[in-house]
Formats: sequence, structure tokens, C-alpha cells
Amino acid sequence: MAAPLVRIFSKTCRQISRPWGTCQAGWRSMSNRPAPDMSSDQAAGMTSFPPLQTYSEEESMMREAVKKYAQERIAPFVSKMDENSAMDEEVIKSLFEQGLMGIEIDPEYNGTGSTFFSSILVIEELAKVDPSVAVLCDIQNTLINTLFAQLGTPAQKEQYLSRLSTDMIGSFCLSEAESGSDAFSLKTRAEKHKDYYIINGSKMWISNAEHAGVFLVMANVDPSAGYRGITCFIVDRDTEGLEICKKENKLGLRASSTCPINLDNVKVPEKNILGQIGHGYKYAIGMLNEGRIGIAAQMLGLAQGCFDNTIPYTRQRVQFGKRIFDFQGMQHQIAHVATQIEAARLLTYNAARLKEAGRPFIKEACMAKYFTAELATLTTSKCIEWMGGVGFTKDYPIEKYYRDCKIGTIYEGTTNVQLSTMAKFIDKEYDH
Amino acid sequence: MSGRVLVGVKRVIDYAVKIRVKPDNSSVVTDGVKHSMNPFCEIAVEEAVKLKEKKLIKEVVAVSCGPQQAQETIRTALAMGADRGIHVEVTGKDYETLGPLQVSKIMAALAKKEDAQLVILGKQAIDDDCNQTGQMTAALLDWPQGTFASEVSFDGDKIKVVREIDGGLETIKIKTPAVVTADLRLNTPRYATLPNIMKAKKKKIANVKPADLGVDLTSRLEVVRVDEPPQRQAGVKVETVDDLVGKLKEAGTV
Repeated sequence: MAAPLVRIFSKTCRQISRPWGTCQAGWRSMSNRPAPDMSSDQAAGMTSFPPLQTYSEEESMMREAVKKYAQERIAPFVSKMDENSAMDEEVIKSLFEQGLMGIEIDPEYNGTGSTFFSSILVIEELAKVDPSVAVLCDIQNTLINTLFAQLGTPAQKEQYLSRLSTDMIGSFCLSEAESGSDAFSLKTRAEKHKDYYIINGSKMWISNAEHAGVFLVMANVDPSAGYRGITCFIVDRDTEGLEICKKENKLGLRASSTCPINLDNVKVPEKNILGQIGHGYKYAIGMLNEGRIGIAAQMLGLAQGCFDNTIPYTRQRVQFGKRIFDFQGMQHQIAHVATQIEAARLLTYNAARLKEAGRPFIKEACMAKYFTAELATLTTSKCIEWMGGVGFTKDYPIEKYYRDCKIGTIYEGTTNVQLSTMAKFIDKEYDH
Repeated sequence: MSGRVLVGVKRVIDYAVKIRVKPDNSSVVTDGVKHSMNPFCEIAVEEAVKLKEKKLIKEVVAVSCGPQQAQETIRTALAMGADRGIHVEVTGKDYETLGPLQVSKIMAALAKKEDAQLVILGKQAIDDDCNQTGQMTAALLDWPQGTFASEVSFDGDKIKVVREIDGGLETIKIKTPAVVTADLRLNTPRYATLPNIMKAKKKKIANVKPADLGVDLTSRLEVVRVDEPPQRQAGVKVETVDDLVGKLKEAGTV
């Protein structure tokens, strides 16, 4: 999208995050392998520059809780949801019950009151089991909740935040049939009348639309002003004129509903404008910068989950008298992929920590999203090969990861867009 | 009856981990191995929290004995709904030889100190399978015990415990204060939801040393050797039933 270099939408009072250099208690470094047993004498030798895979006690506990929950409450439904292209109501309900849909929302609004990095860890853990569930959680937390929390008037926050954290899903409506990467050329129009607006247009590729209770619609109030007319409107599901069309029949992420939406003379009161008129483009870019890290976490979890399901098979299967894992060719491929996953993890975690620290993070977020999406396609492709014939069947979960990963290079900013954005930053870096 | 419930929680090697014996056969490998709360202790915590939700008791106190890492286990109990925690610090050699006798002395001392009405423990730990701590604690306190509980309810000033025994189910009524140990079917432990994990951060964990409780940790047991179970031997195929009987007779089993 034609993005002018917009200053990062800096948070004000909402920033609850702690700079990670000062995170408390648990200096235990943990990766996905079991944590080394750090005895108390370790703490004495600690420096202020712990490795990226260092989590606060709160983050570790959250990750463990979500891992267990995902294995027990989501895993049994994954195959069926993919087959039927529908998210199970039980799964949605339990996501809310566990507090996973309002991770950063203040407890005042029934949220969990945790940090951005916790959201990232949660999305990663969910994606290991089902990337479709992860994307539902990601959009809610990094796009919808953040927009309301940062831009909402007290009345809007009162009305929506508690519902978003307890039982209502939100959808973000920016793309149209004629405007994807070129998001600001959107045609949906909002005409002002007295104290309300009439919105007309169509949106496309709207995730979560099947179950969403509220829609954040980007519409232009003044096409002559170009993108500076784009405004964010809060539209409730039951508003007259809002039509949610039949969902797409997709290659992957099938359990996540993706629908076109029609707005036919939808009447929206003035008080339903989120933020300021004509500032919608800024909000969109700002939120998508953060959402980028969430997608990176999703792709990372996808790759890791696929990898974790494949390696045990390679250690068991015997051909020519030895485990297929023991063939040098296999070992080299496996080690290569494992390295890429580790690199992707560090990119993602670092981008998340940079954002929490209030430091510039856009370039790093682009790098994380671009790299992890590409990495997910590499990993899943290789995993099918390593599994051989069974990898190609639906009896094993591998082929689902393969299908799910492809959207990573496309949505929330295509790979080409990420690369162009990065290049702009790099160019600026050499301005003296 | 309202009051305080003490729940003992033990940090053990996670049930899904493949156990390995150290090369010197002194013990199992624990370094770098995933640990979590003993599953029966989870059931104990769940029962205590349920009693509090039914307003039958006022406060749930989670207790764990061990090194610094035992605090993680207490935090998990707090995230499940316990009100506060007590970490009894035991490290080094003392921790290696810590067994049911020592823990039950600690639990008994704490039960008196905290004026507990009920002590709930898991029936056994999945690492040593001792199944002794609950019973010893009751004996030291001279309190009644309801072990292998698959159902616990309050009946006036007594507690009704349905116990799982070899022959089926046995129902007993015991006076309070008492010790109860949780068996598998007592309940299904809840997940710590994310909001509860956040709330748990604010709850207090007190630090106590065994000496403060006047407990002597000397062990009467010495572990001589730890071995893995013998490797499973290959079976033998036979052609006919007569062959089978012949082989069984040879092996002296018939």
C-alpha cells in the first residue's frame, strides 16, 4: 500500500508493558525444550542482557497454560473444523473462558491485563496446534482490541471492550475487491447527514466475519481528499443494511471464516466513529505494524508445530536398516530448517520486545513477518517430503500445515510489500 | 464449618517425560528436564478451591517443600485459586533425601501453626509412588484420615469421604480437623485461565525454613542404587498348542 512514512502511533497511558531488560523473578531461559533447572546461584551471575528467549514468570506461566489448553481443548477439533470449514462453537467459547481474547485489555473491562509479548506467546502456542484458531485470537488481540483501547472514547470502551474480552468477536474491514495492497484506494463511501453517516460499499476477505459481533469498517468520508478521508466506523452486526455474504472456500486456514461484506445504506451514528475523521489511514498502518508481529508469531508456531509432528516420525521410520533421521542428507535438511525456525523465532521475539520497549520496530516487524512466512512454506514443504507418502495423506496433520502456511506470504501485507517497506527504511538509514 | 485448608503440592518430573537414570546409578536425571505439579496434587488443589467456592471453607493455603523452583508450583496453585502460598525452603542434600516422613513432619507443624481445619494432599507423588505422606501427617497430628478420596462432602461438623478401595467404594465419616488424600476420580482440575495467572502474581508466598518449624530433616533411608527396569525380552513364537504348553512347562510357569 502507498504508505507515507507515518510516525508510529505511540501509546499513551495504555502501555502496560515492561521493558524486557527489567523483567522480574524468572531469569530462566526457556525455549520449546524443557527449561534447564536454574539453581539460585545462577541468579548471582546474571547480567542485564539475557538471551531473547527469556521470559518473565507471568509469560512462562501463560505459555504453559495455553500449551496445555491447546493440546486438550483444541487439538481434538482441528481435523473436523478443517474438513467442515467451520470453527467449532465450543472452541470459541473456551478461548473466551481462558481469557485469550482480551490478553491486553485492562481487568477493568474483564480483560487479562497482560502484555503484548504474552499475546505473541499465546498466538505462537495456539498456532502450533491450529493456525486458524491462532489467527482468530491474533486479529482480536492485535487489531480489534488495540484499536478500541487506544482510540476509543470512554463510552466506546465501556460499550465494547468488556464484550470483546468476554464473548464478542470483532472483524477488521479494510480490503475490497479492487483494493488489497493498494488499500487506500478503497471505494467504500460514507456520506455525512446531520449527526449520522450513510455507508455504501463492499468489503472482501474479512476474517472472523461469520462470528463477529462488531465490525471496524474503513470508509472514505471525502474521496476528494484521497486517503486523508478514510475514517474508521464501528458497525454492529445487527445494523440494517450490513450483509455478511457466503464465506470463501479456501485452500488453508479453513476453520477461520473469510467473507465478503456488503454495506447497503448502512446508517451509522456520528458517535460510532473510532478516533478522528480522516485519520483512518494512520490507524490502519499503525495497527497493521503490530499485527505483523502477530502474524509472524502465527507462522512461527505453524512451522514449529509442523516440525514437532514430523521429527518423531523420522526417528521411528527405518529404511535400509537405519532410521531415516540417520541419513546424512536428511540430517542436513533437518538442521537447516531448524536453524531457520530459530532465526525466525529470534526475529519475532525481538520485534515484539522492541515494540514493548517503545523503540522503533516497523522494519524489524516487516522482517519478522516476511521471514517467518517464507520459513513456514519451506518447513511445511520439507516436512511432507520427510514424511514420505504418509505426509501426503490427510491421516497425518502435516498436509494441513502445508495448506495453511501459504496465506502467510499474502495477508496483512504481502511479502513484496514487506520488502518494499523495509527498503524504504534502509534507504532512510543512509541519509546523512 | 469454615476455616483454613492446607494443600500440599509437590514439584515432580512431568508425567510425559521419559525418565533416565544417571550413569552413576545414584538417581534419575533431573537437570534440564521438564517439571510440573504432581497430578494428584492438582486434584487436591482443585478440591480445596471447589470447597471455597461452595463457601464451606474460607482460605486455601498452598504449601510446597523444596528449592527455589518449588515456587513455580505454588504459583500454579495460586493461579488455580489458592489464596496464598508457603514455600518451605529445602535445598541440596536435604532435598535429595526429603521423603514422606520429613514432609509429613513439616505439614503437621504447619497445620498446627496455621490452625488448619483440613489438610488435603494428593494420594501419592508420581516420582516416588510412596503413598505415605497423608497417612503419616494424620498420625503425627493424631487426626482422622480419609485417604484415596473419590468424593468429599461436609455433613454437619463431620466430613463424609467416599474412598476407592480394592473391593469397590467405602464411605466413612470423620471428624474435623482431618487429613484427606485425593484420588484420581475426585475431580477434574481446572485450567489456570490467563486472568487468574495475572491475579496470582499479587498473591503472597511466605518463605519458611524447616528449622523455624522445629523439624529435623534427617533421613532414616539411604538410596543405595537406582536402576532402569530390565529391557523387555523378545518373545518366542510356537507352532502348536502342544508346543506352547511344553514351553510353559519348561519355564516352570505351569
